[in-house]
Amino acid sequence: MHLLFIKQMNINLNQICKHFGKLQANDHISLLIPGGTIQGILGENGAGKSTLMKILSGFIQADEGEVILDGVQVRIHSPADAIQHGVGMLHQDPLDFPPMRVIDNFVLGQSGGLFPDWKSVVDEFKQLSEQFDFKLRHDAYVDMLTVGERQQLEILRLLWLGAQVIILDEPTTGISALQKQKLFETLKILAGRGKTVIFVSHKLEDVENLCDRVVVLRQGKLVGEQLKPFNTKNLVNMMFGKSIALEESKSHSTDRIAFELRDLSLEEERIQIQNIDLKIQAGEVIGLAGMEGSGQRPFMQACAGFLRPVHGRILVNGRDMTGMNYPAFKRQGVGYMPASRLEEGMIPGLTLSEHFILAGQQEGLFIDHDQWQEVTREKIRDYNIRGKPESPVESLSGGNQQRALLALLQQPLKLVLLEHPTRGLDIESVIYTWGKLKERCCDGAAIIYTSSDLEEILLYSDRILVFFSGKVSAPLSARGTSVAQLGNLIGGKDWARIKTGVGVTA
Amino acid sequence: MTNEAILLGLAGVLTTAAPLIFAVVGETISERGGVINLSINGTVLLTAMGGFAVSVSTGSLLWGFVAGMVIGALVALIVAFGSVTLKQNQVAIGFVLALVCRDLAYFIGNPYMGLEGLRLPSLDIPLLGDIPIIGTLFFNHDLMTYLSYLIIPAAWVWIFRTRPGLVLQGIGEKPAAAFVRGSNVRRLRYLYTVLGGAIIGLSGPIYSLSVKAGWKGTISGLDGLGWIALAITIFGGWNPIRAALGVYLFAFLQWLGLVLQPSLPGVPSQVLQVAPFPLMIMTLLLVNIGNTEWVTRTLAVLPAPLRRFFNRLLRAMRASPPAALGTPFESE
Repeated sequence: MHLLFIKQMNINLNQICKHFGKLQANDHISLLIPGGTIQGILGENGAGKSTLMKILSGFIQADEGEVILDGVQVRIHSPADAIQHGVGMLHQDPLDFPPMRVIDNFVLGQSGGLFPDWKSVVDEFKQLSEQFDFKLRHDAYVDMLTVGERQQLEILRLLWLGAQVIILDEPTTGISALQKQKLFETLKILAGRGKTVIFVSHKLEDVENLCDRVVVLRQGKLVGEQLKPFNTKNLVNMMFGKSIALEESKSHSTDRIAFELRDLSLEEERIQIQNIDLKIQAGEVIGLAGMEGSGQRPFMQACAGFLRPVHGRILVNGRDMTGMNYPAFKRQGVGYMPASRLEEGMIPGLTLSEHFILAGQQEGLFIDHDQWQEVTREKIRDYNIRGKPESPVESLSGGNQQRALLALLQQPLKLVLLEHPTRGLDIESVIYTWGKLKERCCDGAAIIYTSSDLEEILLYSDRILVFFSGKVSAPLSARGTSVAQLGNLIGGKDWARIKTGVGVTA
Repeated sequence: MTNEAILLGLAGVLTTAAPLIFAVVGETISERGGVINLSINGTVLLTAMGGFAVSVSTGSLLWGFVAGMVIGALVALIVAFGSVTLKQNQVAIGFVLALVCRDLAYFIGNPYMGLEGLRLPSLDIPLLGDIPIIGTLFFNHDLMTYLSYLIIPAAWVWIFRTRPGLVLQGIGEKPAAAFVRGSNVRRLRYLYTVLGGAIIGLSGPIYSLSVKAGWKGTISGLDGLGWIALAITIFGGWNPIRAALGVYLFAFLQWLGLVLQPSLPGVPSQVLQVAPFPLMIMTLLLVNIGNTEWVTRTLAVLPAPLRRFFNRLLRAMRASPPAALGTPFESE
């Protein structure tokens, strides 16, 4: 097995420069990564981390500078070229083929004869998979897998193709705490076997837990380097150029009921949820915790009117809305922000200001572009979006798309439904976003949101619902719950001790 | 009607289905790679005329079929150039080509109208052809009908079981991911669009050299075949076997229309001739109805066992298009 064959690869990036238009994304970055280590690359959104990694993995070419692998200067022309050199990359949005089988995804891209030798491919896949204790079925379809499992598949594939260096771009966004633990174990095994792991993230905590060494990028420049053990305060300073403290979150819960579920049952292809009773007060924040695919999404969709419950009633502000569709819910002041930004949340090809026009009130036939430019500029300032009114939404970075989505939610709302509202945002933006959301709570909106970050759930929620394969816990008070307790529940432990389904108003 | 006549009629269904089989398989291959070849209706007409004209002029059936493939490939090349290289809208290019090719066929084909031409001879397969019923049904046809049986599993195996076939699925599904895995997306899209076009190009000559030999201009009864092929490709879920079943159903309905005509004197003959088209669309809609939101909403009010049954049924029938169908690919 080529995996057991230890061969280390040292990476040397020398004076790398790359600019997009006027933006200097990488400004003379030099970096030396010894083989067999886990190198963290830390920086806030838009610091130039992804650009640097795309250069190393052949996706784009540097304007200046050189890439030296094991003392040999190489030109990497394409991602396929990179893997020939032993460099493989896991992209932030998995670059795989959802409607195809796991094993098809595994084989696709490997060169060889007309008919792959399916039997030996499956055997090798199983062997590799066992080495890391992954529970991937080779005949499952990728669209049934969680993001974490798709990452596992991609890691196996890259190793199979002979990768010596594995780059991971923000791999912990969108996966559960348990899956993250599993991923980190895997990466440590890889480093132990002499592979070089490059871990790109804006999450300080992840980098500190995993990496042996870390460099910090800010505005395209390499601003500092640290070896384990890390000095957190120092790293934050390097990332943002200033220090940032988490603030205590305040509850704005009132005693007016904004939203109510009575004995609600839902059914989707893969999951069933039964008999939920829940009353949510105006101003209250409810966090939904659980592994991806445990039923949070159908729950949210039912609350927004996309999924019709098979049993039970939904009341918005005391009004029975059961069986009505999203436009009806929207008129009652329910807003929904989906997790996939470009697929469901925005319209690629339209500009920011066109999005605000679409989301806004229709007055007359013609559009007053000047007025909407002004509105958009205001929103851009208000929500700290890095972009212009005339920027197409797909040109914004992920974090800025997220902020734009939040800005697009109508005002005022009675119930705000948010899927992963801070996914892909750095700490500073997370604090800012929640400040904005809490303002809505002050105005009497209730919030239901999902997050895979347990600390975020505990910090910002008033009450928490835990989902585990379609089971829903009674609301837990965020004050009386610890990360460890929550982690156990998400993993399916300790459920005997709490009540399920039947919710009691706090 | 005697059993003998029914058997011969059903055998005829297989022959009349052959042109549609090639059109649908060719289109499926092209669309699997992410390129819609919407010109197909015009291509079928142009290749029917071209194939006939060439075979009349050269006295060779082979050259007639070769001409069809070349014309089909050339039209597809225009589609590929417009959509892959110029990154223009595939629907617009294909639609214009569909109209242009149709008119070209009628215009260029004028001198060949009603000429006496060659006809593909029937070719009984020894042994297999002698089996009662099955022999008459499947093995007393011409060469192209046999090829139409073979191309269905061949295309299926290529797409779903071979290494290049996986890549073909990949470039239509997520070209960026295929690019990362070393595929030359643009070149492959050219290749499969042109290959698909060549296969589509066989359907015209099969018609004008076998099914209804000869070229009769606007009354050839060929106009519309391409549009139905497009619909069957889509509703066939981009799977050659499913699409082929659709083709056979359509050919069967057409035959049924002819057979029923004498026993239903009250119904105008046009109704029976046209009926297969809407019937086909209805069937295909029913097969794919599980994709719609209102159906899932309606199902939610049914009692549990019934609901689960329908859900399973709909899930099994559902097919999703290649995700990147109709979109150009840009590598960074």
